[in-house]
Amino acid sequence: MNRFTIVRIPSLKDASNRVATTQGAVLRAGGIDLLDHMKEGLQAPSELVELHAIGGDEGMKLRSMDVHGDGRRRLGALVTLAQIAELEELFEGHQALAQAAAHAATPGIRNAATLGGNLLQRPRCWYYRHVDLVCLKKGGDMCLAQTGDHRYHAILGGGPSYIVHPSSLAGPLVALEATIDVRGVDGTVRTIAIEELFVGPTVDPMREHCLAPGEILLSVTLPVPAPGQRSAHAMAKEKQSQDWPLAEASVRLRMDGGKLRDVRVALGHVAPVPWRSKEAEAALEGQAPSAELFARAAQAATGPAKPLPGNAYKVPLCQGVLRQALHEAAQIPLPE
Amino acid sequence: MSEPANRRGAPKGGLTRRGLFRGVGTATLLGGCVDRTSTTDPGGHAVVDDATAPAELGPDRVPVRFTLNGESVEAAVEPRTTLLDALRLDLDTTGPKLVCDRGSCSACLVLVDGLPRNSCMMLAHDVAGREVTTVEGLSKGDELSALQHAFVRHDALQCGFCTSGMLISCAALLRRRPKGEPLTATQVQDAIAGNLCRCGTYPHVVAAVLEVASGKTERAGA
Ligand SMILES: Cc1cc2nc3c(=O)[nH]c(=O)nc-3n(C[C@H](O)[C@H](O)[C@H](O)COP(=O)(O)OP(=O)(O)OC[C@H]3O[C@@H](n4cnc5c(N)ncnc54)[C@H](O)[C@@H]3O)c2cc1C
Ligand code: SF4
Ligand code: FES
Ligand code: FES
Repeated sequence: MNRFTIVRIPSLKDASNRVATTQGAVLRAGGIDLLDHMKEGLQAPSELVELHAIGGDEGMKLRSMDVHGDGRRRLGALVTLAQIAELEELFEGHQALAQAAAHAATPGIRNAATLGGNLLQRPRCWYYRHVDLVCLKKGGDMCLAQTGDHRYHAILGGGPSYIVHPSSLAGPLVALEATIDVRGVDGTVRTIAIEELFVGPTVDPMREHCLAPGEILLSVTLPVPAPGQRSAHAMAKEKQSQDWPLAEASVRLRMDGGKLRDVRVALGHVAPVPWRSKEAEAALEGQAPSAELFARAAQAATGPAKPLPGNAYKVPLCQGVLRQALHEAAQIPLPE
Repeated sequence: MSEPANRRGAPKGGLTRRGLFRGVGTATLLGGCVDRTSTTDPGGHAVVDDATAPAELGPDRVPVRFTLNGESVEAAVEPRTTLLDALRLDLDTTGPKLVCDRGSCSACLVLVDGLPRNSCMMLAHDVAGREVTTVEGLSKGDELSALQHAFVRHDALQCGFCTSGMLISCAALLRRRPKGEPLTATQVQDAIAGNLCRCGTYPHVVAAVLEVASGKTERAGA
C-alpha cells in the first residue's frame, strides 16, 4: 500500500469538506473494499478520512438502528453486515435484508463491512481489478470482458460494460422499497429511492453510484411493512461460503384474499445494477400463488436476458433462485 | 433449499447488540445509550481519547498503544501498516498467519474486543485503545485451553496453517454462546465458514468444538 495519512475528524461537516477539497482524500468506513483497491494498486489515496471517527449525535446515528414513531426502520450507514444479519426476527416483513447480510462474505468480513460501504463498493470484474488492464470502467475504450472470460458477468442490462453489481444488500433494499439519506457537501440532506443511487453503464461506465466526492450516505430507511408483508432472499454460489454469488433474488409480497399483492422482485449479480424485474412483478401481481405461476414469473424475469457466449448458464440459475425466493416468501414448499 | 444461517438459531449477540434497535419518537433517538465501545460499534476503529479533537496520523511512523493478549503494548508504525503486519513484524506475535492478504481466507483472524476480525484488512492504528486477542492469548502460558486440547485429540489440524484462524473463530463462538446452551454442528460450520483449510480438517474441527461445548471434557470453556 502507498503511504497515507489517517484523518480523524469528529464532525460530518468537516469530514465532508476535507474529502471534497483535498486532492486524494477518501472516506473510509469498514475499509474492506478500500484496502483491497490500495493493495492491488488501483487506488493510492493521500488521506483516509475515517467515518468511524465521527462523534456525538452524528456518530451515534451513523452507528445505530432505530424505529421511527410511525414504524419506519432506519439503519445507520456504519451498521455492520453482522449486525443486520442478527436482526431477522425484528425485521418482520423485511427478512430478505437480514438473510442477504447473513450470507454475504465471511463472519470476519461481516464484522467489519458496513451497510454504506457495501452499497458503494466497486465491481469485482477481474479485468477491472487487474492493475495493468485499462477497460471502459477505467477510462479505456473497450470492455475486456465482452470478448474475454465473462463467466461471472451480466446477462441483463449489460453493455457497454458487463459488470454485475457487487452488493448483496442492494437487491433486497430495492425489493423492500428502501430510501437513503445522503448528506451533500453543502450540508443539505436529500432522501432518494435506493434505485436512484445506482448508475448503469449506459449513463456512465466509470461509476456505479451517483454520490460526488465528499457526499456521505447517512442511512437507509425501510418503509413500514404492510400487514402480512413477507420477503425472502435466495442465492446460488459455486462454494457455500466465502464466494461471491452467481445469482441472487429478493422478493417482497403480501397475500390478500388468496392473491399476491404489492409484489416487488429484484435480481442480484446478473446485471450492472440491482435489477428490478418488472416483467416478473407483472406476471405475479394479483395472481394466486402456485409453483406453476412462480415458474412462469421466473421465465418472464429472464425474458429480456441477453447472455454472452460464456455465461448462458446464469439464465436458468437466475430463474432457480427467483423461484426459490418466491416459494419461501409465499410459504409454498418447493416442488423438488 | 439451504436454511439461512441466522435461521438455524446461531447464537445471537445478546441484549447489548439487540438493544441497538430501539423504538424512538419520530427521527429522534433515545439518548445516552450509545458509547464508543465495541458492543455499539463492533466494526469500529480506534478508541480516540478526545473525540472532539481532529487528529492526523502519519504518513510517518506514529506510536499506537493497545492491549494484546492481556498486556499493554505499543508499536511505532506507519498508518499503512496492517494490524497483521504490526503483530507479526513489530510485536513478534506470529500466531496469525499471512496467506491471502485480502480478507478471503481468515488465516489472520484475531479477536478485537471479542469479535473475529481479519487483521490483514485492518490498520494497526484501528485498534488503538482496544483489546486484541491472538491465538497466543487463548492459552494460559504453556497451558493449552480446553478447545486447543480438543483440537489435538480430534486431529483437527494437519499442516496447521489455518489452525490459528480456526481456533479464533471457534473460541469466539464458544465465548458468545449463552451459558449452558448446547451447540449444533451447523452453528460451528457457520462460525468457521470463512476459514479456508486446504487440508480439509473441517469435520474434525466441528467434532472438537462440539465436544468442548458439551462440557464432557476435563476442562470446559474456550
Ligand atoms: C472474501 C470476501 C467476500 C465477500 N463477499 C461478498 C458478498 O457475497 N456480497 C457482498 O455484498 N459483498 C461481499 N464482499 C464485499 C464486502 O461486503 C464489501 O467490500 C464491504 O461491504 C464494503 O464495506 P466497507 O464498510 O468495508 O466499505 P469501504 O471499503 O470502507 O468503503 C467502500 C467505498 O465506499 C465509500 N464509503 C463507505 N461508506 C460511505 C458512506 N457512508 N458515505 C459515502 N461513502 C462511503 C468509501 O469511500 C469507499 O470508496 C466480500 C468481501 C470479501 C473480502
Ligand atoms: S465488465 Fe466493466 S469492469 Fe469489466 S472489463 Fe468490461 S468495462 Fe471493464
Ligand atoms: S490473510 Fe487475512 S484473510 Fe487471508
Ligand atoms: S490444516 Fe492445513 S490448511 Fe487447514
